[in-house]
This record gives sequence, structure tokens and C-alpha cells, in this order.
Amino acid sequence: MALIASIALLVTEHKSPRLDALRSSLSVLVDPVKYLVDTPIVALKNAKESVSAYSVLKEENKKLREDQFITKSRLLKFDALEKENIHLRALLENSFKLGEQVLIAELLSIKMVPYEHIVVVNKGTRFGVHPQQPVLDTNGVVGQVFRALPFSSEIMLITDLNHAIPVQVNRNGLLTIAVGSGQINRLNLPFLPNNADIRPGDLLITSGLGGIFPPGYPVGIVDNFTPESTKPFPTITATPKAMLDRNRELMIVWSKSSPVLLNAPPIQKSPPAPVKPSNE
Amino acid sequence: MNNYYKFGRIITTIIMAMALRIAPWPDFIEIFNPDWVLLALIYWTIAIPERVGIFHAWVFGLLTDVLTGRAFGQHALAYSIVSYVCIKLHKRLRPFPLIQQELFIFLFLLLSQLLLFWVKNLETPGQLSATFWLPVVSGTLCWPVVYKSLRFIRLLHSSK
Repeated sequence: MALIASIALLVTEHKSPRLDALRSSLSVLVDPVKYLVDTPIVALKNAKESVSAYSVLKEENKKLREDQFITKSRLLKFDALEKENIHLRALLENSFKLGEQVLIAELLSIKMVPYEHIVVVNKGTRFGVHPQQPVLDTNGVVGQVFRALPFSSEIMLITDLNHAIPVQVNRNGLLTIAVGSGQINRLNLPFLPNNADIRPGDLLITSGLGGIFPPGYPVGIVDNFTPESTKPFPTITATPKAMLDRNRELMIVWSKSSPVLLNAPPIQKSPPAPVKPSNE
Repeated sequence: MNNYYKFGRIITTIIMAMALRIAPWPDFIEIFNPDWVLLALIYWTIAIPERVGIFHAWVFGLLTDVLTGRAFGQHALAYSIVSYVCIKLHKRLRPFPLIQQELFIFLFLLLSQLLLFWVKNLETPGQLSATFWLPVVSGTLCWPVVYKSLRFIRLLHSSK
């Protein structure tokens, strides 16, 4: 009986996404286990923070304030640049999509399976998260939502073996695809010819071609380019910009033109809708 | 009433096993992290086969699938087959000394891992390294600990 049932389940899941409802209802049962594992680790971190010396905290506070000052002044400039960009694009009769909405999600300290770079965050479909949403941190692209459950969602990192992300070299606009290597600090670029114009130190940004990741976000930095004279493709590797194994806060992004209404009040930031250029 | 109480103990141990399964170990320990849920299930099916059966194994397997984000039914399949073998052999396994039991546990874990390997390979062939088999060895080495602690828990509530 059990045998037939499990094989039937395996086949059904392989063929259709109809079992997602069953999975999300069962996940309500097991999600407490995820939070159970996460709790002592968070408690430990909090305890560490509360006993750390006053001077250390003061120092950190000062540094953060300076950082914020710098970023804010940069943002001022960014606003002006953005306006200018919209204007220039309007002149070129090009469209410009803005209005990205982000949701801050916190990583749960659990490891689902070895060999796969999938992490779990504490925001799920109850916050409007849906599969294939891009996930960022403050340094760059982290990955995409792989499966959204009611109280948590699974995020596949860009370094997972099954993950590929369309990128472009920031210096010259060369388009290619960065494939995960299975190692947390490495991406492979397997689809470039031996004479490609790419060199160590080049910044890779998302090209926006796949339709999942919004264009222009930093992905990684090329750190090795070895032409292989005997093979058609060279060995090119890159280091991800995002701190994949260290960050606790991640941003889930809605990049669709119509922003989703969040039904719970999370920390959110929706940039003021820009004046749409009259080009449509 | 007492039966429900006992069943609560079983569920508690399995939830703890699930927690151990997804605990964030450092990387070099993580590749050794054995299948705690299966170890706990093997113990309970050998110790009280009249109460924990294939159906329970199947349900816990399904929950493990959801917990670890695997394709639906692969742990359910592996766990129910292993528990079937355990129930068939429980009379023979019980009087064995621990060392001899470990030999069988090794085979059970290998069987389960083999089934998981098979399903995984149907999905995405050729991605697994040899370290995939390490949890079988570490699980075997962990068996005495699991056996002693679960036996302690079982006898604790039967004396009440």
C-alpha cells in the first residue's frame, strides 16, 4: 500500500504541480520544527549581543552612523541620476521600468540537505512571496525563491549546481550565463569562447534577459580566466558579490510592473512612482 | 489514555530527530549528518512493532520530504520499505548484541540511501559525489547512542 502510494506521489509530482497545495498544508505541520531549530541559535546571538561591552556597541554605532551618512549622500546623487536617466530614455523612446518593492526576510539557521545550496527564510506565501522571485542582499544577487510555503520559503542560491543566471559584463556589455558551481564562493561561466573580452576584476551584473532577475544588479566579480587551447571553451570563474554564507537578512524583490499588495505590514520600501515618460 | 501518552513520546523523539536532521552543522560535520529520523524509526519498529508500523513510517517519511524540500514521496518510499524489513526481522534483531545489530542497521541505512539515490538520479542524473554515502557509515556508528537513549526513553514511560 505505502509503496504504491509513494510511487504514485513521486510520479504525480514529477508530472504536474498539483501537489503544491498538499505540500503547503503539510508544511504547516513541520514548519514549527524549523523554527524550533532556529530559536536557540538566535537566542545565543542575542545573549552575545547583550553581554558585549558598551564601548564596542558605541564604536559600532558610530561606524554605522558614518556609513549611513555616506550612503545617504550617495543616494541624493542617485536620485538626480535616475531622473536624468528617465529623461534620456524618454528622448530615446525607450521604456524605463521602476517601482521595485522589497520585503526583508530573515534567514532561518537550518540546513535542509547537503550538496544543495538552498536556504530557508521566515517569510512565505502569507506575505505574498511566490516562486521565482529574485532575492538580493546589500551587496548583490543572492538567488531566487524556489518554493514558497505558508510560513517559510526556500531560496535557491546562485551557486547551486542547478542554478543559472543571465549576466552581462559591466565593462563592455558582453552577455553570458553564470552557472552555479556547487561551491559557496564560486560561479562558472562556461559559455564564452576562448577569445572573449573578459578579464579578472570584471564586474558581472544581471542582464535581465531571463525575465526573473531585474537588470543591473551586481552578481559577481570575475577572478580567473584561463584560455584552454585544446578545448572550445575557456575556464572562467567568478566570486559572488553577495555574502551568501554570512548574511542573515535578505531582500525579496517584486520586480513586476504591477506591485503586489502586501497583506501584512512588513518593513517595506516602495520608491515613489516616477513620472512615467510619455512614450507609450 | 496511557497509549496516547506513549505515542506522544514516540512523536517527540521523531520531532527531535527531524530537528537534528536540519540543524545547521558546520560543513565538515554536515556531510556526515546521518538520517536521524530513519534511525529513530528503526528503533521504534524493532522495539514496538505492534504500535509503530509501515503507515507511521510512511507519514513521517512524507513529513521529512516536506521538511527537507525533496520530491514528494521519496523518503516515504524509503522509510516504509525499511520499516517493513525491520518489522519482518524484529524478533531476530532484538536479542542481537549491539555490534551485530549495527551490521543490520548498516544494511538498512544503505537500502534507504540507495532508494533515495535512485529517485534523485531519476530527477537530476550524475550530480552526486561519493560523500553521498557517508551518512550511512556515520549513522551506523551512531546506532548505539540512538539505541541506548531511545531505550531509556521507552522504559522511562513504561515503568510509569
